[in-house]
Amino acid sequence: MKQEIIIAGFGGQGVLSMGKILAYSGLSEDKEVTWFPSYGPEQRGGTANVTVILSDDKISSPILNAYDVAIILNQPSMDKFESKVKPGGILIFDGYGITKPPTRTDIRIFRIDAMNTASNEGNSKAFNMYVLGGLLKICPMVTLESVMQGLKKSLPERHHRLLPMNETAIKRGMELIEQL
Amino acid sequence: MEATIISPENLVYDKPRLMTDVPMHYCPGCSHGVIHKLIAEVIEEMGMEEKTIGVAPVGCAVFAYNYIDIDWQEAAHGRAPALATAIKRLNPDKMVFTYQGDGDLAAIGTAETIHACNRGENIVIVFVNNAIYGMTGGQMAPTTLIDMPTATCPQGRNVELNGYPLKISDLLAQLDGTCLVTRQSVHTAAAVRKAKRMLQKAFENSMARKGTSIVEFVSTCASGWKMTPDQSNKWMTENMFAKYPLGDLKNI
Amino acid sequence: MAEEVKFMKGNEAIAHAAIRYGADGYFGYPITPQSEIMETLMDERPWETTGMVVLQAESEVAAINMVYGGAACGKRVMTSSSSPGISLKQEGISYMAGAELPALIVNVSRGGPGLGTIQPSQADYFQTVKGGGHGDYRLITLAPNSVQEMADHVALGFDLAFKYNNPAMILTDGVIGQMMEKVVLPPQRPRKTEEEIRREQPWATLGKTKDRKRNIITSLELDPSIMEENNIRFQAKYRRIEENEVLYEETLCEDAEYLIVAFGSQARISQKVVEMAREEGIKVGLFRPITLWPFPKKQLFEYSKKIKGILTVELNAGQMVEDVRLAVECRIPVEYYGRLGGIVPTPDEVLVELKKLVK
Repeated sequence: MKQEIIIAGFGGQGVLSMGKILAYSGLSEDKEVTWFPSYGPEQRGGTANVTVILSDDKISSPILNAYDVAIILNQPSMDKFESKVKPGGILIFDGYGITKPPTRTDIRIFRIDAMNTASNEGNSKAFNMYVLGGLLKICPMVTLESVMQGLKKSLPERHHRLLPMNETAIKRGMELIEQL
Repeated sequence: MEATIISPENLVYDKPRLMTDVPMHYCPGCSHGVIHKLIAEVIEEMGMEEKTIGVAPVGCAVFAYNYIDIDWQEAAHGRAPALATAIKRLNPDKMVFTYQGDGDLAAIGTAETIHACNRGENIVIVFVNNAIYGMTGGQMAPTTLIDMPTATCPQGRNVELNGYPLKISDLLAQLDGTCLVTRQSVHTAAAVRKAKRMLQKAFENSMARKGTSIVEFVSTCASGWKMTPDQSNKWMTENMFAKYPLGDLKNI
Repeated sequence: MAEEVKFMKGNEAIAHAAIRYGADGYFGYPITPQSEIMETLMDERPWETTGMVVLQAESEVAAINMVYGGAACGKRVMTSSSSPGISLKQEGISYMAGAELPALIVNVSRGGPGLGTIQPSQADYFQTVKGGGHGDYRLITLAPNSVQEMADHVALGFDLAFKYNNPAMILTDGVIGQMMEKVVLPPQRPRKTEEEIRREQPWATLGKTKDRKRNIITSLELDPSIMEENNIRFQAKYRRIEENEVLYEETLCEDAEYLIVAFGSQARISQKVVEMAREEGIKVGLFRPITLWPFPKKQLFEYSKKIKGILTVELNAGQMVEDVRLAVECRIPVEYYGRLGGIVPTPDEVLVELKKLVK
């Protein structure tokens, strides 16, 4: 089993940390994992992306041509990565701020309105956890239990009181996601 | 052997034990020899010879390591305070000093000097200011006086072209990391005795972890100044001391 | 600390590995994309546990000269930077080579010339393996291709530096520095005591004791006949290193008709290219130099007798390709593919180039 995933959006949307939680989840299932971020000024509000690879075998390149799953959180990322989803692969996007929805017919496309919902539910800081929930619903590459372990590892201890809120967000995301 | 020439009761002066027998390359009348001797005496009298590490500069004193019988490191031009920082931090029980000229300390190594002092490194900086680059043949130094001729300002230092003489010790005295900044000279016996006391205070400060101590020696360079040693001393007293007055700039 | 499996960035692995190696000191100055090294060290506060000194210097120049001062005391000291900062350190590196001082320098390189970009690059290959600073000297150069090797090469670099009294460099880039992977951290080793250093590094300037002459660490020698002898001694040492310390890795090379030669991050990408090409029936293997100096030239020469061609993949305008061509003495075609200015090629891009060579 190998999952090659790109998560892309604006800096500050929790793109890198969502990738990190996914990576830690894979680790607690004894998978080989690489997490490779775009780095630099992107972290300060420009576009940011991270490539996460989960695999049963040793991973060669941390940089890829094409992805099994693309999680797209803004229009510039849609423009860049829609074409890079492998045929038969999965594209998940948040409708917020997407002016040109994806048009490919050889991939499975899902929409999750996480930004609006998180904001309406007063939980906008856990926005990325809604998205992660959506991903796990359609592509259960790791168990929810592993994700909670991953969260524990990637969150500093002083934030562990936020774990239940994150779990709620993940479960909510599972309900929100819909195939187009 | 010495005892056979002068009986111990008649001995009034001796070469410091830590001075080697290597003939010095310094020019007649140069201040370096006396300053070397004072350092050797202080280390010896403090009983610190097995714990002292000296850092030699690039400049006339580049071969300082040939003359004082302790462990030495030879630094790149201007970098001695960086070396000394690491030596002292990695070996807090050692006594560490740099020996630097005006070009080394106040031109190419200004950043290293200021930041070592600003961190309050527990080291001693011995600063020999003769207002000229002696080793490379008498070029202008950051401390060269206005109108003073050198190989690279043959008509004399021109403020418009070359800026002003840099009173770096005054600047270092402003930094919170320094505990002793003093300006001394070795042109008379009295001055030599006073300078030695300040040098000892500086070394004691470094072992007491009080911060950085700088002992500036306003010095002559008879060859670079193109004067006799006697003329040099006179010129220094009349001109150098006016710009670089002797005394403590800071002593806490 | 016992052996531990962690998930971390390459830069962080370097910091943890340095503490666990029993390093005595780190001196650095912030620059992207390697600042996590000093940040991690400051966060770990090894001065409270192992006694390791960590100091933020006022410049890269000061940092490398602090390394000189520490190394001259026989201590295990290191610095890290990225390309523009490494340029500033060249003076100190040359002095350390001339004074025969062991130290570890890490270059998480970025695209140049000049201030350039903070994105990954291998354009410092020439600077690292051909000189960089002034004078006839060589820098032992390690090129890790994973977070694990970032950690492993700290120990390897220090060990080689102390074996030969010569500075060693880890030459890597932002891909390996910023990537997170699993890493097995070695157990904590104690720092060397002063007694051990006095015994193992008798040249160290730790204070002159009565039983020995004074130690002088210098690269200066004004007598040309002695300076020539010094240089001959350095060169003999470099030949010994070339004879004994070459490291490389071969993947699917046994039956290969073609080789990709790539180091560091580009070896990771090229490994994927080899997998893709093999699926299409192209018999290609990956040859990865782990030491860039000494360069595995004998091994590549042997391959030149049995393969049809080589493609080097580099994040520069074609630097290592010159060493590969020299190694195979132009017996077979050696082509180069690379991207510049911080762009990292994708595996399919490289595959296209490989196919041009295979035809």
